Amino acid sequence: MKPIPFWRRYARLLRSDVRADVNDELRFHLAAKVDQLIAQGLSPDEARREAERQFGELNAVQEVGERLGHDRERSKQRRDYWGGWVQDLRYAFRTLRRDRAFTIITVVILALGIAANTAVFSVVNTVLLRPLPFPDSAQLTRFESGRELNANVREAAGLSGLTYTVDAYQEFQRHNQSFQQVTSYNPFYGNGEFTLTGHGEPQAVLGLMIAGNFFQTLGVQPMLGRLFTTEESLKGGRAATLLSYGFWQRQFAGDPSIIGRTILLNKTPFVVVGVMPSSFDFGSVFAPGLRIDLYVPAYMDVLRNWGNTLAIIGRLKPGVPLAKAQAEADILFPELKAAHKDWWGDYSSTITGLKEYVTGKLRRSLIVLWCAVGVILLIVGVNLSNLLLARAAARSKEFAMRMALGAGRGRLIRQLLTESLVLSLAGAFLGLTLAFVITAYLAHQGSIALPLLSSIRVDGAALAWTILIAVTTAVLFGFAPGLRISTGNLQDALKDAGPGMSAGRKHERMRAVLVISEVALACVLLVGAGLLLRSFLRVLDVDLGFQPSHAAVIKVDYDDGGNRERRGAILREMLRNVDAVPGVEASGVADMLPLGRNRSWGFQAKGKQYPKDMALAALVRIVTPGYLGAMGMHLLEGRDFTWQDTQGREAAVIINQAAARRFFPGEDPVGRLALVNGDTRVIGVIADVREHSLEVSAQPEMYLPAAQADPEGAELVIRTKLPPEALASGVMRTLRALNPSQPAAEFRPLQQIVDHAVSPRRFFVMLVAIFALLGLTLASLGIYGVISYSVTRQTQEIGIRMALGATAFQVQRGVIARALRLALAGVTVGTIGSFAAAKWIASLLFGTRPTDPATFAGIVVLLCVVALFAGYLPARRASRIDPMIALRTN
Amino acid sequence: MDKAQLELVRGTLDVLILKALAWGRLHGYAITNLILRQSDEALLVEEGTLYPALWRLENKGLVESEWGLSENNRKAKFYWLTSEGRRHLRQETKTWEAYAAAVGKVLSATRPPVAEES
Repeated sequence: MKPIPFWRRYARLLRSDVRADVNDELRFHLAAKVDQLIAQGLSPDEARREAERQFGELNAVQEVGERLGHDRERSKQRRDYWGGWVQDLRYAFRTLRRDRAFTIITVVILALGIAANTAVFSVVNTVLLRPLPFPDSAQLTRFESGRELNANVREAAGLSGLTYTVDAYQEFQRHNQSFQQVTSYNPFYGNGEFTLTGHGEPQAVLGLMIAGNFFQTLGVQPMLGRLFTTEESLKGGRAATLLSYGFWQRQFAGDPSIIGRTILLNKTPFVVVGVMPSSFDFGSVFAPGLRIDLYVPAYMDVLRNWGNTLAIIGRLKPGVPLAKAQAEADILFPELKAAHKDWWGDYSSTITGLKEYVTGKLRRSLIVLWCAVGVILLIVGVNLSNLLLARAAARSKEFAMRMALGAGRGRLIRQLLTESLVLSLAGAFLGLTLAFVITAYLAHQGSIALPLLSSIRVDGAALAWTILIAVTTAVLFGFAPGLRISTGNLQDALKDAGPGMSAGRKHERMRAVLVISEVALACVLLVGAGLLLRSFLRVLDVDLGFQPSHAAVIKVDYDDGGNRERRGAILREMLRNVDAVPGVEASGVADMLPLGRNRSWGFQAKGKQYPKDMALAALVRIVTPGYLGAMGMHLLEGRDFTWQDTQGREAAVIINQAAARRFFPGEDPVGRLALVNGDTRVIGVIADVREHSLEVSAQPEMYLPAAQADPEGAELVIRTKLPPEALASGVMRTLRALNPSQPAAEFRPLQQIVDHAVSPRRFFVMLVAIFALLGLTLASLGIYGVISYSVTRQTQEIGIRMALGATAFQVQRGVIARALRLALAGVTVGTIGSFAAAKWIASLLFGTRPTDPATFAGIVVLLCVVALFAGYLPARRASRIDPMIALRTN
Repeated sequence: MDKAQLELVRGTLDVLILKALAWGRLHGYAITNLILRQSDEALLVEEGTLYPALWRLENKGLVESEWGLSENNRKAKFYWLTSEGRRHLRQETKTWEAYAAAVGKVLSATRPPVAEES
């Protein structure tokens, strides 16, 4: 073995020099050649010349060598870099495994933040960002009529004020230039209630009446079979139906041979011509919470005489903007009205994109939700930063040592970033799993009336979003501690035997700033959640005008052959029998319940002049005697209907206060005559009932007796102290005895109808409240971490003070005061932010001012109490420091 | 010196260098000498082609190098085969032998090929 030459020992210290290397190598070659030639007998001069001659283009070879050498250097550096990264990764795993508590806390916090973000993003993506599940869905538009009416009047007219007659629909369809296709459906869903017989127990099924080109316009193809033919869409054609996927699965177990078979709806045979695909869910797009079982053709010649019955959907021609279609409609509808003197209104319409129509009202709420989870992510990031910083402080000596051994600043930052990246990705993975569970849960919440809810899932976009926020979080919040470390003074860190030096203090200031921002963010979230929660409670407190508790509803079916007298007799008999069922306290029947569907008819006081622009209409309910009592409505004046209010007797009507105010201003309406399809005597006034939603005040309303007007369906309301299920079999037996084809229907507690109406608000409040609590927890963890760390750092100082006579109480007070100072600073900043945030969400509040002092005060107190607790634990530890031990350590 | 020297067939230089290094660590000059001697002075690898070929082999990871001392104590760069280089050598040798045999067969043929039966 040759001894190692002296220059080899220093080779690693010098930067490799490609040019010199190549030069040396070639020079050696020449020298060896010269030696050989001399040995063969040439003179040294001759030998050198000969060698150089033989070598040829020395410079060219040198150049090639340098180029290849540089290539080699570069690839080597690249290899080193990646090798280093693998090393970093391995090291990160090792240290994280050693610091198990830290790792678990960090990953869980991150997972919660990321899960919330991914889940909310999935909702936002489905509802707001993704196009509707139809081809070229941007071309689809929805029409709403009644633009000439003022807002109050439109509200009073209900759905009837927003829909069209068959004539208006067909005329517009015929004359417009902007649309490829115009179609319609009947949004008075009660018109499509059928009883399915011949397949086990009679079943109540909900059908949707659609125009013949409905699915063609949307661009939806049936999964099996075909769509309606033109002949089937006309009155007198063969009765045909299309099944929804869900109903086909439920009722016919997905049997494909159902196509071409006949089913009995209301005892009329309908041919099943097709099954719609599972991807088409009418309810989820057009009427959240509604389950459509099948589709039947809307016979236009029948609907023609029913007044406003159609909702219009149009598909724009390619390249035609919405504004142009709107401009055309603005001209076309008044022209049509001029040509048809018999039209009730001019159907001046507002055309909106279908997407906007379906989700427009939710935009603000969802964006608020999105911002809330964004704030959560910020808090999570700040917390992560804080934790990493605390850890970095504990590891400052390790880093100083590594720097002393030659690790570059960049190398250390890279190491720290690798660690936070590993943590973030672990958090993202866990968070994603959680998000999957949450979205799967949400997608099956049929009771939440949000559009498109059933199609919510974590998709590619959500996945990309998760990874984006995870990596951003890691880089952004892992960087702060990294910079802190790498700018530290090497010598100080190595010398800094114990905590208490200036570097530690600087660290602490940075952490204090982080905690203050954390508390401020949590404060904004909490105030927002507090305001929304207060609004929600206000909504629940609203006087509904009826008693939703201790009452249940069941859909009933009877056959009166359209004869009012017979109907009166049937209903009277039914209610007499139902009342006899043990446990039933009161019962009544109405065609439409509050908070559900509605329709309006013309109404005015006889012989009275009204301002020209006033809508002379009111919502109409057709009820039996006893219904008002069964619902728990308050009859303020006059009397309820009796079974004597029948056809042939004087027509009777009960109105609500809103109608009394509008149509009989300053008068007592009871005993007066009104015009409702003819002279009608007002016999009573009831307190207002929330009709549309809990958040909109009551509109004019009238109640007509079932034996004098024609109802649309029938809902039996039963008031009972017993749980509704206990009555179900008894009532059902009674109903079946009267009508063997009474469909099997379940008892729905009246409360459920109210819950459904408030479900979107409940959904948002619940989520925002969860996020706020998460923020609060994280902020308190932050306070705890900082105070706890500073107590550890000041163990000696506290020991000295105690040795000098400070009491445990004084020590505790000092520590808690510091925690409170942090919290107060955060709360101050947060309150200012909250005012801005509250103003921004003002439109989502109900009966609550954005500056609601109770909420603000409550949140401030809450945060201070939490800070007190977060400070108390380290404070107690501080007060138990034994001065002797504290002074001896070090 | 005036012996008939052969032109190197394209592509054979790499495999010759690898083969030379199969005997152990060598510097560039020694590689030329070894090939010259083993080919009975028939193959002279010129410096202008040897070094670029060596460096390319190094960039491909087939050989590695390190500075060392030559027999007469000069600083020289020594090369040796990596395991990847060894594998490459085996494979190239096989290819070369098959090629040489095939060319040999064709060139040493004494009769025209037998007509194929149709």
